[in-house]
Amino acid sequence: MIKPILMQGNEACIAGALAAGMDFFAGYPITPSTEIAELAAERLPARQGRFIQMEDEIASMGAIIGASLTGRKAMTATSGPGFSLKQENIGYAAITEVPCVVVNVQRAGPSTGIPTAPAQGDVMQARWGTHGDHPVIALSPSSVAETFDLTFRCFNLAERFRTPVILLLDEIVGHMREAIVLPAVETLELVHRLRPSGDPAKYIPYDAPLGASAPMADFGSGYPYHVTGLTHDREGFTTAKPSEVEFLIRRLASKIEMNLEEILQWEELQVEDADILLVAYGATARSARAAMKQARGKGIKVGLFRPMTIWPFPEEALRQVAIGKQVIVPEMNLGQLALEIERVVHKDITTVTQVDGEPLKPDKILAAIYNLAGTGKGV
Amino acid sequence: MGSVAHNYLRTSKMPHIWCPGCGNGIITQALLKAIDQLQLDPQKIVVVSGIGCSSRAPGYLDFNTLHTTHGRALAFATGVKHGNPDLTVIALTGDGDCAAIGGNHLIHACRRNIDITTVVFNNNVYGMTSGQFSPLTPVGSYATTAPYGNIDRSFDLCQLSQAAGASFVARSTTYHANHLKDMIVSALQNKGFSLVEAMTHCPTYFGRRNRIGGPVEMLKQQQEQGVTVQAAARMTPEELTGKYLIGELHNQPLPEFCEQYQQVIAKAGGAR
Repeated sequence: MIKPILMQGNEACIAGALAAGMDFFAGYPITPSTEIAELAAERLPARQGRFIQMEDEIASMGAIIGASLTGRKAMTATSGPGFSLKQENIGYAAITEVPCVVVNVQRAGPSTGIPTAPAQGDVMQARWGTHGDHPVIALSPSSVAETFDLTFRCFNLAERFRTPVILLLDEIVGHMREAIVLPAVETLELVHRLRPSGDPAKYIPYDAPLGASAPMADFGSGYPYHVTGLTHDREGFTTAKPSEVEFLIRRLASKIEMNLEEILQWEELQVEDADILLVAYGATARSARAAMKQARGKGIKVGLFRPMTIWPFPEEALRQVAIGKQVIVPEMNLGQLALEIERVVHKDITTVTQVDGEPLKPDKILAAIYNLAGTGKGV
Repeated sequence: MGSVAHNYLRTSKMPHIWCPGCGNGIITQALLKAIDQLQLDPQKIVVVSGIGCSSRAPGYLDFNTLHTTHGRALAFATGVKHGNPDLTVIALTGDGDCAAIGGNHLIHACRRNIDITTVVFNNNVYGMTSGQFSPLTPVGSYATTAPYGNIDRSFDLCQLSQAAGASFVARSTTYHANHLKDMIVSALQNKGFSLVEAMTHCPTYFGRRNRIGGPVEMLKQQQEQGVTVQAAARMTPEELTGKYLIGELHNQPLPEFCEQYQQVIAKAGGAR
């Protein structure tokens, strides 16, 4: 029988990345993500991969983009302040369509905040942190095992859609240890970016219809081309021609919008008969599940909707599930994803927020459930 | 018959964006002549730049070209070189891009001695944003953000790079175009981090405001101010006032980063 292994979330992140074919990591030390860089430094060279500790967070982001352009599967990992510093180059990767994975182990902010304390305050930053309209994919795991799965998936999505993909971990899941069974390597389906073939003279690096990307050549593979963060035409060269600019920005967004079925992932627990629906993600979803069980024990019909894909948000699925239910959104922030959820379900929702650097515990969610169910306290 | 440089240009992307009289074309030509002289494989060349007038050069060059974010050329270039050490990686950057916003990346690229050849187009001013002072603007010069004269002391970028650990450092000027080409040839031959500071002229935003004159006068100034290392050795400190050294200023072979990393791979048991 396969024996479960005790593993930390940050370690599962590296394990998932290596399983996905990560062969380049650039990083900068920051709590609570540092174990990811440390493990990359240890494990990558043993398999011919490459690690580099850069001089700062900005450089780490630049380095993984540069490495990805040579054909590598590249990742960096950071936390709050470092995530802020990476934003400009995340936008660069988005407009130049360079696949890469950015892990953000969320900690209490703003600014230096509490480096060792959990939070979910970067949810909106993951969506809108870099300037301008741009595509984003962000995934958020709730367990150590799922950290492996979703990190693996981040690479596949990055390669498939030629876009930066963000893994929104939090300090709880990142530092938590759980026994997990790693999937057998042969069961994992690896995605590799499309690369050009045929006559290099005919290679047009950004020639793709809405919803798609063109094949991407590795630097040095005989398909020389130009990459720029300026708005560019199909050949990759600078343009300010309104029709070309408009097409580019819309095509970038459409890569996500037109492929939602492939990207969206969520879990529904006991939603069929539920009167009250909890919507929670990351570490908070664990407390929500505990609160759900306790409430059910008291005869209150509670269900859980748990998005693993945060951006794009699984809005159609939630809209359907939320029909006829009262909605509670617990988050370790002042109500960020709640804004999106309110927009989606189009009715008043109840938020349970916490920003004290402590995990949001089941009791607090339970209190909101009792309140909504009209059962009063002390049930 | 055109210059050999024409063989490496994306002529369909011309005309370029540089002003009449700009020195950037001279530096670009020197680079292309150096590449031609060394017969480097164009398919294996990656030219990386940041933001600014000089950083627009790669768009006109028929290699793998990467126009990145402001100041970050060397961070991206480091990823490219470490990602595939078989590539010839060249960074083109300006005085603002390299010495101000990109200063941290510069000193650390020097320190790692990673095999990247960096050519700094030093025109003493932010040209793209129309004439603000940079860390390489001389004290007392005028700029749009120094309307009463610049009080910030300027870096000696060559000394800075040498102190930070670059294994090859040289300076030349757009007046000394062939000499500049020779310096870039030597830089490309160095297995390690090389920096060539190319003194150039911005008649539009620096020459005019500082009453130096047009491109011809600015080139003459380079002729007068640029003194070869050999000539300087015979000159008194008084004679060297207001001059700067040109030529090979530092050449000290050192272990190169990517080669060192091969040893890391071997130690980790990853060597094939």
